Amino acid sequence: MAVIGNINELPRIATREGYGKALVELGRQDKNIVVLDADLAAATKTGAFQKAFPDRHINCGIAEANMAGIAAGLASCGKIPFMSTFAMFVAGRAYEQVRNSIAYPHMNVKIGATHAGISVGEDGATHQCNEDIALMRIIPGMVVINPCDAVEAEAAVRAAYEYDGPVYLRLGRLAVPVMNDREDYRFELGRGVILREGKDLSIFATGLCVVESLYAAERLAEEGIDAEVINIHTIKPIDEELVTASAAKTGRVFTVEEHSVIGGLGAAVCGVLSENCPTRVTRIGIEDVFGESGPALELLHKYGLDAEGIYQKIKTAIAQQSAVS
Amino acid sequence: MNIPELQKMTLNVRKEIIKSLHSAGAGHPGGSLSAAELFTYLYFEELHVDPKNPQMEDRDRFVLSKGHTAPGLYAALAFRGFFPVEDLMTLRHTGSYLQGHPDMKQTPGVDMSTGSLGQGLSVAVGMALAAKMDGRDYRVYAMCGDGEIQEGQIWEAAMFAGFHKLDNLVVIVDNNQLQIDGYIEDVCSPYPMDEKFKAFHFHTISIDGHNFEEIAAAFAEARSVKGKPTVILARTVKGQGVSFMEDEVSWHGKAPNDAEFEIAMKDLEKAGEALWQ
Ligand SMILES: Cc1ncc(C[n+]2csc(CCOP(=O)(O)OP(=O)(O)O)c2C)c(N)n1
Ligand SMILES: [Mg+2]
Repeated sequence: MAVIGNINELPRIATREGYGKALVELGRQDKNIVVLDADLAAATKTGAFQKAFPDRHINCGIAEANMAGIAAGLASCGKIPFMSTFAMFVAGRAYEQVRNSIAYPHMNVKIGATHAGISVGEDGATHQCNEDIALMRIIPGMVVINPCDAVEAEAAVRAAYEYDGPVYLRLGRLAVPVMNDREDYRFELGRGVILREGKDLSIFATGLCVVESLYAAERLAEEGIDAEVINIHTIKPIDEELVTASAAKTGRVFTVEEHSVIGGLGAAVCGVLSENCPTRVTRIGIEDVFGESGPALELLHKYGLDAEGIYQKIKTAIAQQSAVS
Repeated sequence: MNIPELQKMTLNVRKEIIKSLHSAGAGHPGGSLSAAELFTYLYFEELHVDPKNPQMEDRDRFVLSKGHTAPGLYAALAFRGFFPVEDLMTLRHTGSYLQGHPDMKQTPGVDMSTGSLGQGLSVAVGMALAAKMDGRDYRVYAMCGDGEIQEGQIWEAAMFAGFHKLDNLVVIVDNNQLQIDGYIEDVCSPYPMDEKFKAFHFHTISIDGHNFEEIAAAFAEARSVKGKPTVILARTVKGQGVSFMEDEVSWHGKAPNDAEFEIAMKDLEKAGEALWQ
C-alpha cells in the first residue's frame, strides 16, 4: 500500500473505542453476546453496549478473578462473554483463572484487555502491563490479537466473535493514528499484513508500534535503506509463512512492540525464524524494566517506541553490525 | 495537635491534593479528598514514624491499599516532613519520585508499593505477622476503599488476620460510597460491612471519617483491643471539601481544568477562613 500521509494529520482514536463500538454492533446481531466489566466500564468503552443492552451488561465490581470465572460459567451455558478490564488486571491478576477456567476447557470467552503497555501514561508501573502478550501467548489454545488502530480493533472483535474459543484482545488507552480507514481494508485472523515492501530489512510490528514503524521506515528510505514493514496483528497463531518469507528475502529482522522484549512478538518471531530460517533479529520493545508515570507520548519517546526511537535503534544496530563484519 | 490544628492541616492537605492533581493533569481527587482527615490524623497523631529516619526499624507501618489516592498520602507525608511540599507539584511527571501510585523504592515514608487494588491488605497482614513473630510492638495500618473490598483477596487477608488474632493491625475502610462505575450499592454491594468483618473475627468501629473526635476515639479504642484485629469503617463523602466534586462519581479519576481548579481552591480558602477566624 502507499504509505499513509502525515502522521499528524491522521485522526486519532484509541483501540478501546473500536472495541466498544464493535460490541454494540455485534450485540444487535447476536443476543448471546454478554459484556462483563469490573468497575471500569467507563474506561473499557463498554458504556454504549450497556446503554443499548442493559440486561446483557454485567458489572462484577472490582473482582477480576471472579469475573473470569463468571465468564467461563456463562460461556459453558451458551453465552458469548466479552470480559473487559485493564490488561494488568486480567492477564496479571486473573491469570490462573484465565488459564484453568477459561482456556483449559476452551471456553468461548473473549477478553477485552484495555490499557495495555506503557502508553497507559500517568498511572505508572502498577498499571502498565508490558507482559501480557507473553502471559497469554503461552496458554494452549489462546488466540492473541493486538490491533494497530481503532478500525482494526473493530475488525478484531468481529473475528474473535467468529472464532470458537478463548481470544485475548490487546487494546490501548491512548488515542493513536487511524491508518486503516479505507474501503479495501480486510482483517484475517492469523495473517500478517505487508504495509511496505522492502529488500534490505524486515520490520515486524504490532499495536501502536505499527504506524510508528512505517514512519521509521520512511526515514530509513531517505538514507537508502529499504525496509519492509509488516503488521503482525495476530501474535498467536503467528503468520509463520509470511514471517519466514520476509526474513528469507531481506536477511535482517527487527521486531517492534509496546511490550517486554522478553516473551512477546520478538520472541514469537525468533521462535519461528530459529526453526525455519535462522536470521539475525533485533527485538525493539520495553527492555527488562518496569514502566513509570508520565504523559503517554513522553513515555513512548523515552522508551524509544516512537518513529524516532525505532529509526535510531535500527540505525545503531545496522552500524554496529557493519562495524563488526 | 488539637482539633482546630488538625482541621487546618487537613485543609492544607486538601489544597495540595488539588494543586498536585492540577499540575499532573491526571489522577484521583475523589478518594484522596474523602480520606484527608484520616491521612492527617494518621501522620500527625497516630503513627509512630520519624521523617528523618523513614526506615526506622520499629516504626508503625502504613499501607495505602487503595493506592490511587496517593495524592492525599503524599501531601500528608510532605507536611509531616518526609520531603519538601514543593515537590508535590511534580506528581505524575516523567522522572518524578512521586509516581501515580505509591512506590516504596522512590518515595520516603511509603512503606509499600500499591496501585493494583486488593493486594495491600495482605501485605499489611504480613507486616503485622512479622511483628508478632519477632515480638516487636510496632503497629500496622492499612487503608482500603469501599469498592476495593469487592476483591476476594481482601477477605482472604481478613480471614487470616482474624484467625491469627493480629491485634496490632488496624484496617481503615474509606466508606465514601462510590467507586468508578457508580455507588458501591448499585455496582456490587459490599454491605453490611460491619457484620462481614465481625464474621471474620474483627473488632469493628463505625465513625464519621471527617470528625476528628470520632477518629481519635476510634484509634484509641483500637489500641485497647486485644486478641483481634480492628476495622474502622469511616463514613465519608467522596470529594469532600470541593463543592462540585462532593458525592460526584465523575470526580473519581480526573484532574480539574484551570477554571475548575480556581473554584476548588476558592472553596478550600473559604473553609479556611471559617477555621482561622
Ligand atoms: C485490581 C484493580 N482493578 C481495577 C483497578 C482500577 N481502579 C482504580 S480505582 C478503582 C475504584 C476504587 O473504588 P474505591 O475502592 O471505592 O476507592 P475510592 O472511592 O476511595 O477512590 C478502580 C476500579 C485497580 N486499580 N486495581
Ligand atoms: Mg469508594
